[in-house]
Amino acid sequence: MSLSLDLRHDGPPLDFRADLPRGRITALLGPSGSGKTSILRAIAGLLPVREARVTLEGEHWDGAGVRLPTRARSIGLVSQHYALFPHLSALGNVEMSLTHLPAAERRARALEVLALAHVGGLEHRRPHELSGGQKQRVALARAIARAPRVLLLDEPFSAVDRSTRKRLYLELRRLHEQLRNTVVLVTHDLDEAAQLADHLCLVRHGRLLQAGPASDVLNRPRSVSAARLLDIPNVFEGRLTRDAGDERLLHWGPHRLRVAALDPALPDGLLRWAVLPSNVLLAHADRAWNSDLENAVQARVLEVVELGGEAVVRVQPAGLADAPLQLRLPTRAIRRHAVSRDADVTLCLRSADIVPLCDDAAP
Amino acid sequence: MDATAIALSARLAGVTLLVLLPLAVLLGRWLAVTRTRFKPWIEGLLALPLVLPPTVVGYYLLVAMGNQSALGRLFEALVGHALAFSFGGLVFASVLVNIPFAVQPVQRAFESIAPDLREAAQCCGLTRWQALWRIELPLAWPGLLSAAVLTFAHTLGEFGVVLMVGGNIPGETQTVAISIYDRTQSFDHASAGAMAALLLVISLVTMAVSYGLVERLMRRRRSA
Repeated sequence: MSLSLDLRHDGPPLDFRADLPRGRITALLGPSGSGKTSILRAIAGLLPVREARVTLEGEHWDGAGVRLPTRARSIGLVSQHYALFPHLSALGNVEMSLTHLPAAERRARALEVLALAHVGGLEHRRPHELSGGQKQRVALARAIARAPRVLLLDEPFSAVDRSTRKRLYLELRRLHEQLRNTVVLVTHDLDEAAQLADHLCLVRHGRLLQAGPASDVLNRPRSVSAARLLDIPNVFEGRLTRDAGDERLLHWGPHRLRVAALDPALPDGLLRWAVLPSNVLLAHADRAWNSDLENAVQARVLEVVELGGEAVVRVQPAGLADAPLQLRLPTRAIRRHAVSRDADVTLCLRSADIVPLCDDAAP
Repeated sequence: MDATAIALSARLAGVTLLVLLPLAVLLGRWLAVTRTRFKPWIEGLLALPLVLPPTVVGYYLLVAMGNQSALGRLFEALVGHALAFSFGGLVFASVLVNIPFAVQPVQRAFESIAPDLREAAQCCGLTRWQALWRIELPLAWPGLLSAAVLTFAHTLGEFGVVLMVGGNIPGETQTVAISIYDRTQSFDHASAGAMAALLLVISLVTMAVSYGLVERLMRRRRSA
């Protein structure tokens, strides 16, 4: 682990402990006001925190009687609105972060990073002469010019249009492949975090809800709050039991779901659980009901909404009037299976895709 | 025209500016970023010369400069003559009464610098002085220009405090404003009128030029 954080503060409230892996892109994902930016500012030393321990590979930036000023930390920051110095050209902006170098070296290095950030040729433009994407690239060039060990990105894509954003995602990933520094990305955009991050920290009310490799966190939320934050609509309540053969069953209304993949340590009783809309499978209509399908559930289609190449289907499982389930299917599957409003369908909830949730927000 | 008085006024305005501007930069920058709860009191104290009658300010300054006060005695011990009714005393008074004219525009200029630019400067590894010199001062300089022009023009025209503290000693403390008053009292309307017109033109030109420059700078800043 590389960047170790333990932050406690009152205004804004923070009670955050996490270890962010070295050389990876970590996204701090949370709703507005959840304290993500405060965490980033605390790492940079810009927010004086009541109790702080910030350690980079054993080097104390905060804590243990040390408080390094921002300028002495090996960081680069790209803020939401880029904070380019308006009186300086793109080149001047980058050179400003290289004042420790002799003038000739400074110029060469600034031109090098501007080219690396794909804004070579624009070095004499002032910020007001640059487009949103170009400003973002110049800000990125300025942030990486000092070869910082930690690159902090505070919602850096929020002020650019969608197509520019997609391009910038690619460029950031490419740049990261070359630089391999530790990147902390603050975002409230789930898709952005999913596309860019290797590691994910879910943040709510200044606390860490869950952390781990991005694919793990995105597919297996640990708590109801985490599931909500990940925008998973299918959160239900069931009852966990064991049958005579000690096999675990999840009773969900009239349905009995086999959940062999669940952690054996989970106690019997009430269980909140979730299933990702993309993990709910639609069975072939001609397949015999309840034959070899895993956890077959019959349902009636309430609504089909097509969004581009994908369709969001809301169904009502049999015997569960108040527990609508959401599926995401490719539109071609909708056509093939003739899924339409009021149609009866058979679904399959695989044991491995049933995610148990705890109520508390403990990581 | 009283050339001696005009030269004296120009010298007073120049020296006041030289003394006050660095002070205003430090004080204005500090006031722009400080979170002390005494800030309204400090700002109020610095703005007092705007609302107090010049005679009141002049009276207190005269008392402070007199040989009954520590300041007056210290100055006299160092220089050999009293602070009151001298050019030095005039500079001291002029600096004090011009504080709001210099500090307020500078403070507003520093306040208008977005906090994320200051933070970006820190993240670039700049020290406080480097950040002030390379980032903040170039961004705040319309405010500095306003402060300089206001201070210069106001010093040229200051009357009440100058009369109280400096009296009316030609070549030493008799500024243009005092000289105009003096000539009017002695019915020398031609001279008084010429000097009044000169003061009017200088004030108008400096104010108009400074407003124009500031407006141009701000427009460029806004488009950035």
